[in-house]
Amino acid sequence: MIRPSDLLVPRPEGLYCPPGDFHIDPVRPVPRALVTHGHSDHARAGHGAVLATRETLDIMAIRMGEDFAGARQEAVPGAVVDIGGVAVSFHPAGHVLGSAQISVAWRGLRITAAGDYKRAADPTCAPFEPVPSDIFITEATFGLPVFRHPPPEAEARRLLDSLALFPDRAHLVGAYSLGKAQRLIRLLRDVGHDAPIRIHGALSRMCDYYVSRGIDLGPLAPATVAGQRGRGFAGEIVLGPPSAFAATWVRRFADPLIAFASGWMRVRARARQRGVELALVISDHSDWSELTATLTELSPAETWITHGREEALLRWCALERRAARPLHLVGYEDEAED
Amino acid sequence: MRRFATLLDRLSLTPSRNGKLRLIEAYLAEAPDPDRGWGLAAITGDLRLDTVKPAMLRALIAERADPELFALSHDFVGDLAETIALMWPEGATPPADPPLGEVVAELRGASRREAPRLVERRLDALDAPARFALLKLVTGGLRVGVSARLAKQALADFGGRDVNEIEEVWHGLEPPYAALFAWLGGTGARPAADTRLGFRPVMLSHPLEEADRAKLDPADFRAEWKWDGIRVQASAGPEGQRLYSRTGEEISRAFPDLVEAMRFDATLDGELLVARPEGLGAGAAPFGDLQRRLNRKTVTAREMGRFPAFLRLYDLLREGGEDLRPAPFDARRARLEAFAAGLDRDRFDLSPLIGFESWAELARERAAPPEEVIEGVMLKRRDSPYLAGRPAGHWYKWKRDPRVIDAVLMYAQRGHGKRSGYYSDYTFGVWAPDGALVPVGKAYFGFTDEELVRIDRFVRDNTVERFGPVRAVRAEPGHGLVLEVAFEGLNRSTRHKSGVAMRFPRISRLRWDKPPSEADRIEALEALLPPGDADDE
Repeated sequence: MIRPSDLLVPRPEGLYCPPGDFHIDPVRPVPRALVTHGHSDHARAGHGAVLATRETLDIMAIRMGEDFAGARQEAVPGAVVDIGGVAVSFHPAGHVLGSAQISVAWRGLRITAAGDYKRAADPTCAPFEPVPSDIFITEATFGLPVFRHPPPEAEARRLLDSLALFPDRAHLVGAYSLGKAQRLIRLLRDVGHDAPIRIHGALSRMCDYYVSRGIDLGPLAPATVAGQRGRGFAGEIVLGPPSAFAATWVRRFADPLIAFASGWMRVRARARQRGVELALVISDHSDWSELTATLTELSPAETWITHGREEALLRWCALERRAARPLHLVGYEDEAED
Repeated sequence: MRRFATLLDRLSLTPSRNGKLRLIEAYLAEAPDPDRGWGLAAITGDLRLDTVKPAMLRALIAERADPELFALSHDFVGDLAETIALMWPEGATPPADPPLGEVVAELRGASRREAPRLVERRLDALDAPARFALLKLVTGGLRVGVSARLAKQALADFGGRDVNEIEEVWHGLEPPYAALFAWLGGTGARPAADTRLGFRPVMLSHPLEEADRAKLDPADFRAEWKWDGIRVQASAGPEGQRLYSRTGEEISRAFPDLVEAMRFDATLDGELLVARPEGLGAGAAPFGDLQRRLNRKTVTAREMGRFPAFLRLYDLLREGGEDLRPAPFDARRARLEAFAAGLDRDRFDLSPLIGFESWAELARERAAPPEEVIEGVMLKRRDSPYLAGRPAGHWYKWKRDPRVIDAVLMYAQRGHGKRSGYYSDYTFGVWAPDGALVPVGKAYFGFTDEELVRIDRFVRDNTVERFGPVRAVRAEPGHGLVLEVAFEGLNRSTRHKSGVAMRFPRISRLRWDKPPSEADRIEALEALLPPGDADDE
């Protein structure tokens, strides 16, 4: 009888698979890495070889340069790859474009590392696919019962309502450059906003890439215009990475109204801390309901819980009499890239 | 309920006054009666349900959630009502959106025993923002920073009226203000003002500029001291007594000693001050003593004994049924002097007129005021009627020159709105005996846009630590930014580490030339404190 740790074991550099001799989402350079998605805390440069979906490989090349790894191999969702006798397969995770769960099977034991995932509908990426497994590794970014994301269309409409009420103010929306920005743009289009959306320079390549993959984002325009400081873009929506809001970049806008699209915005103190005037609760991670519903649906023999608020999800598993343990992986950012 | 919840949510995150006004105005335009009246009363604090205690809320959530999951959630969120609103279990049925008026009516009619069950039933049917609004309503914890004055301005904007018109009728009204909305909406008559005891909009002054003095003839004006207390309006008659702040908030309950003495049928304008314990003959006590009586809902006998309130009279607006506001100042003054002679001398005295022939003579008086609680002189045109608001050309304030100190910039916070992207709110300190800087105040105006850009650059280049939107900057004897800070006065404070609190601090000059080691020491500030006991509280 093999033990689970014979197949996957947490190491300082990430989850390691001894028989296949590879890591999943390693935070330091390793000879062979399997990468779930393109966010920078999961996808790092400098590995000997990377196996990931085509979109994740493309995104890594856009973000880190074409030479981000010694060798790269495309993982086709659903197809099985044999690595040292371990049957490896990638399955859509519903988090961002190209995001995948990684499932490993060996000597009758299947473990699926979901990476970051969500169950809510998202027109910018393939939906989460449940993979029946002996062990399911779940994230817990929003692993508290207070986190239940409202319908994202309603949040997008709140942004448009504010635009109508404050047509003299530029609406600056903080949104991470991979995934959140494109999803928010798509949501705005779906609720009827046809006007050009301004984007910070840091978002443009990723938006171009989404468009090249067939995701229509409508008219986008740069938020850079040689004009008078403090007058610009009144009544327009401007998307930028949250880091830009602390920089001098915001000065070019007309009486800017700062908004932020994130699951953290559900909690008022978080919005206040960031100086946000319009808190949009839109997340690419599972909320409490999605996390618990997924565990109920998959009903794995054991659940491993990683990055986020493990305690509450562990408590829920205990109340539900489900075997669970925390993984204590280090290096994944709790707050970033939501 | 959903519309009200959205209003609350946005108000709580909107820092600017204009932003708040627009949110409230839009709400008043969209919400129907009586919801909008209840919503308005809720945000101004005029609707108090207070039917549920926090312990009852804890009991409600304990029936629905695991205690450990609740504790973890509460730790993360911080606020009890918010935690419960966010984690309250949701069923499969889509949330309802009952009218606010219906919810308020139900809860107002409920006994303390019934209330928790009613709240529970509502929680089951609402969405998260509405649950939050409901819980804040029933616990009386709605803190959204909307004063009665701001709400009245929003009503004025909404109805296309002057805010003073709203003031005139306000005190005769009760939520949900159906008559008021009918009038503002053009479908009803103007509500009758509560003529005797209602608040009358206060007359305010403009600062006297250097150039004004050349144009004004001293013979046209009367001068008075500008007393450093709080401007109030005292109205009494057979129906009772009311004391208002200058923005029309009723403050009677904080000053029962003064209200008790208001046995007349008139409306007076004056400055509320506190006397020294030995009696009014000893002059008014400093502003710091008055502060002991401010911002309190109730007051103890001991405080009333040590800091007795009195009114220094400026004006007589009504006597009996006669409205004196259209009369010229001199005529009102004569009536006031005659009227004041019949009042309780421990509680009322006249603000004396200052005799002067020329501006130079008045300037000399202004430089040597007879009492400590004077912040300058007031000039009132002899023929001016008593007009609402700040009419041009009638009243002027000529304030004493501010006090200044040199302080060192310690922390800077990012601004909002037009100042987004700039570090525009500054905390500054002076040197303590142990050689460290101790913060003594905060200022966020007094500098030009160009100066703001330079300070912002300094903050970014000299950041030593970040706490969210706040940066700590280098502030060492040999390196830092010295700010010349002007302020109106200084009080003792037990809330500030430095033991002093400034009034109206603002940046008067940037001393790029001055090394921080030459900034002021705390002793320099302590020397400016009014004499008085420091051992209280």
